[in-house]
Amino acid sequence: MQFMLLFSRQGKLRLQKWYVPLSDKEKKKITRELVQTVLARKPKMCSFLEWRDLKIVYKRYASLYFCCAIEDQDNELITLEIIHRYVELLDKYFGSVCELDIIFNFEKAYFILDEFLLGGEAQETSKKNVLKAIEQADLLQEVCCSLPSS
Amino acid sequence: MPAVSKGDGMRGLAVFISDIRNCKSKEAEIKRINKELANIRSKFKGDKALDGYSKKKYVCKLLFIFLLGHDIDFGHMEAVNLLSSNKYTEKQIGYLFISVLVNSNSDLIRLINNAIKNDLSSRNPTFMNLALHCIANVGSREMAEAFAAEVPRILVAGDTMDSVKQSAALCLLRLNRTSPDLVPMGEWTARVVHLLNDQHLGVVTAATSLITTLAQKNPDDFKTSVSLAVARLSRIVTSASTDLQDYTYYFVAAPWLSVKLLRLLQCYPPPEDAAIRGRLTECLETILNKAQEPPKSKKVQHSNAKNAVLFEAISLIIHHDSEPTLLVRACNQLGQFLQHRETNLRYLALESMCTLASSEFSHEAVKTHIETVINALKTERDVSVRQRAVDLLYAMCDRSNAKQIVAEMLSYLETADYSIREEIVLKVAILAEKYAVDYTWYVDTILNLIRIAGDYVSEEVWYRVIQIVINRDDVQGYAAKTVFEALQAPACHENLVKVGGYILGEFGNLIAGDPRSSPLIQFNLLHSKFHLCSVPTRALLLSAYIKFINLFPEVKGTIQEVLRSDSQLRNADVELQQRAVEYLRLSCIASTDILATVLEEMPPFPERESSILAKLKKKKGPGTVPDPEDNRKERCANINGATNHSSTTANAKASAPSFIGDLLAPVLPPINRPRPVSSLSLLPTPLTPLSLQAYAMPLSPSAGSHFQVSSPASDLLSLGSASTLNSTPPSAPKASASLLVDVFSDNSPTAPIGAPAVVVADENFSRFVCKNNGVLFENQLLQIGLKSEYRQNLGRMYVFYGNKTSTQFHNFTASVVCQDGLNSQLNVHAKPADPMVEGGAQLQQTLNIECLSDFVEAPVLNIQFRYGGILQNISVKLPVTLNKFFQPTEMGSQDFFQRWKQLGAPQQEVQKIFKAMYSMDSEVTKAKIIGFGVALLDGVDPNPSNFVGAGVIHTKTSQVGCLIRLEPNAQAQMYRLTLRTSRDTVSQRLCDLLSDQF
Repeated sequence: MQFMLLFSRQGKLRLQKWYVPLSDKEKKKITRELVQTVLARKPKMCSFLEWRDLKIVYKRYASLYFCCAIEDQDNELITLEIIHRYVELLDKYFGSVCELDIIFNFEKAYFILDEFLLGGEAQETSKKNVLKAIEQADLLQEVCCSLPSS
Repeated sequence: MPAVSKGDGMRGLAVFISDIRNCKSKEAEIKRINKELANIRSKFKGDKALDGYSKKKYVCKLLFIFLLGHDIDFGHMEAVNLLSSNKYTEKQIGYLFISVLVNSNSDLIRLINNAIKNDLSSRNPTFMNLALHCIANVGSREMAEAFAAEVPRILVAGDTMDSVKQSAALCLLRLNRTSPDLVPMGEWTARVVHLLNDQHLGVVTAATSLITTLAQKNPDDFKTSVSLAVARLSRIVTSASTDLQDYTYYFVAAPWLSVKLLRLLQCYPPPEDAAIRGRLTECLETILNKAQEPPKSKKVQHSNAKNAVLFEAISLIIHHDSEPTLLVRACNQLGQFLQHRETNLRYLALESMCTLASSEFSHEAVKTHIETVINALKTERDVSVRQRAVDLLYAMCDRSNAKQIVAEMLSYLETADYSIREEIVLKVAILAEKYAVDYTWYVDTILNLIRIAGDYVSEEVWYRVIQIVINRDDVQGYAAKTVFEALQAPACHENLVKVGGYILGEFGNLIAGDPRSSPLIQFNLLHSKFHLCSVPTRALLLSAYIKFINLFPEVKGTIQEVLRSDSQLRNADVELQQRAVEYLRLSCIASTDILATVLEEMPPFPERESSILAKLKKKKGPGTVPDPEDNRKERCANINGATNHSSTTANAKASAPSFIGDLLAPVLPPINRPRPVSSLSLLPTPLTPLSLQAYAMPLSPSAGSHFQVSSPASDLLSLGSASTLNSTPPSAPKASASLLVDVFSDNSPTAPIGAPAVVVADENFSRFVCKNNGVLFENQLLQIGLKSEYRQNLGRMYVFYGNKTSTQFHNFTASVVCQDGLNSQLNVHAKPADPMVEGGAQLQQTLNIECLSDFVEAPVLNIQFRYGGILQNISVKLPVTLNKFFQPTEMGSQDFFQRWKQLGAPQQEVQKIFKAMYSMDSEVTKAKIIGFGVALLDGVDPNPSNFVGAGVIHTKTSQVGCLIRLEPNAQAQMYRLTLRTSRDTVSQRLCDLLSDQF
């Protein structure tokens, strides 16, 4: 996978993860182009499209679009399920996740993604294991947060 | 999940985010952000040392601002400070900031690397993971330099926690992708392979990705992964869905890992070990069987995961391309998906079938779905799906269904989305040319293309139709008639006017006998379009007019009238004006003979790769749009020895035996039509078939000035250059060279880049037996092109030496040696060549050849030059063969058999029976026999599938009559070739030469 973007129906970027080195300018250009392309597609259309020399896999969940760019040999359907698994992870962590959770806790969304995908490849596909890792980190966090007041 | 995890106390951040969300306008947002930035800046600069919490909060705010799309130019130092905090939450935010906003400031990188190093050696798995994630996210060269040795150690160390192993594997993968040169292979590689056996499926999942990436680059080092991957895959596909616990996803066992394992196996050919191979085949069969089972869940996630594995298995089957039953089963499975109600599956089935179509085992099976695919083209509502259908139709096209597919694509073109029209036009043009049995169909198809989608018909397409019509005399009359009819339409596309102008200018005479298309009517028709056309088209039409003057003396007055009108002679466009002036003057002063010579019909174009195919390749990127049939042959020639598929295919293509390449490429067979050789054509200037561009594009000023109004006809002649209107005047040798470069540009069998420059003296020799022009030799430095013409026992060869480098060749010499007895049989006189060839330039050398008596050996061209101080020696066998001195002889059946009997003595006949080396296409065979130099005699042999020819070899001392008979046996894929001549040595030599060509 080369990158993953989360954006709203209004075209606001909510999360961006790049697995290939690109300049900020290039990233902005790609984002603009893709958001436009994907938002223009009708609901019943297929979830895959060719874009430049990449394949785009996208899916809409409520008001959010999840959009991944994969390479020619990569598997479209399994990418679609990567998106779904990530949504499940967010959902489980936040408790029926909504766009606001991702806006206000954007750093958590990034941490969860890093546990699940690394370098653009699935690192840990077990939901339990990913959430366990995040929970452990949160426990550490609690300890730390309580330190200054004590 | 505990509620506390959602907010960890950064209230300031939440307030700030709310503020931003409440901003009514972009301006308000920017104002709020600037206020915040000023606040943070003052905090960071302030005297009071910030506590960790505040630092974390401000860094997080900066990060948020950056992710909103604003530039951030400070705060990096504070983020780096957070890295060394011993509070996890601060460290985590610091790493996140660094991952998102990497700065190549070298001081910071050093500090960051230091912090990472500390965390990696902390032995705290959570900290180690944070550090590894950071390396994987940033992946810069500096990090690769610092950690490429450390990460593998962590990966294979016995006491590393599983979760750290997973991060380390993918971290290494990222470093290997960005800086492969910095990741050393070593003792760890063998141990990485064994991670495929790990108990923890998460570790296997991460490791498989890493191994795949490494195996693509170093297949030999990771060969052992094949058997381990097969074993693992087998355990997964046969497991009960509950066995793998949380790695089962919607009742599908470890779909991600399965896909990755199947992907890894695609780095290798089918396993050689029969047991492993059998186990893999079982796995693939099980996966195919599962597709037929009823779904275990109605959820789309279940079917997606299951089908993801299925599609990857099919990819592997296609990659192996060795098990016909699996290929056909895969094809049937995809056939079912073609009609599935899920658009996604229909899309993927079309895509996957495209690759199946290129396997010879499944090509026929794919073809059975043609109706479904055509239907998809008509009914799919999503353009991306229709695009896949077009691709598949293109891939499944062959001679048997070409007419249907081309017709369907044409009808789709009428309503196709603008974004894909040009591509469809190119595809139709390629298929029509490639599978044309009947060239009238080809001409019709291209004219239809222009009619339906004229704006999307690029120049390559209409140039190509002209090249084909010029090269094939059997279609010229039909083409003239068809364009004439097409031009009747009140509104026709400018591209049609161009094709029409060109074709009528060349071949209008072929339909002039019909009173409905008399010369005057033809001219008026063309001229009625003139005023609506752009300048380049008008220029082309003016050239067509002057050609008309030659073809039809009766319309000379009318055309001169048009040329003389003020709108032409005083046209504001200098090109049009110049053409009008020159053509008018030429038509006034030149005699009919001179006009006939100057305006002679265009000579055939040298064979070359279709420029359209080149364009399609360029459009889609190399490798993605292979010529369908080429691809089929290549795949079977290349059964999976390849690990890096795309690059080996490219090499195979480049180095494929050139003649096969020629036959498969949609290139016309060489047709050296016996044309009347006018005395002028033996003047020093070569009869240069110019590229069409030269015809359509403005004549360059220097070329134009050659036809100076003031110069009398005798001057034109004495300049010795007016052999045709289209030849380049000798006063512009540079232009001539560049045009020749173009002629040679596409069809050369270029040696693969990076291959050592092996000097094989005669690799292209036999290609020239039946043709006179082309590329004789090519290496990384030099390209040698030939053009030659022969008349009776004399010949002239133009040798073009192209310097492919950007530096000069010094001390360049090229000489011809006739070894042994050859010098008494053949005289070759080479004019000395210029001793210096500039970088990128082309040098021309002329050879005069005289055949004294019949000969067998070939002269050798020796070339020497200095390139970068090193002396280069190249010797090439010159394709001067006995058959070049043929003059074709037409004769009737009775005549032929009478002579055949006369040459009945046993030593006069030579016969050879041989296996066909190329496909037995009768059009190609005919073209080769004509190219060989004899007249092809129709209706002489009672068996119409046999070929019979006759000609006379001219040498200085004698003439040798020669009769040829070629009997193909399609069933046995054999030929019998019989030659009878009055001299045994000639019979033998000609038989040897010709029998190599089929």
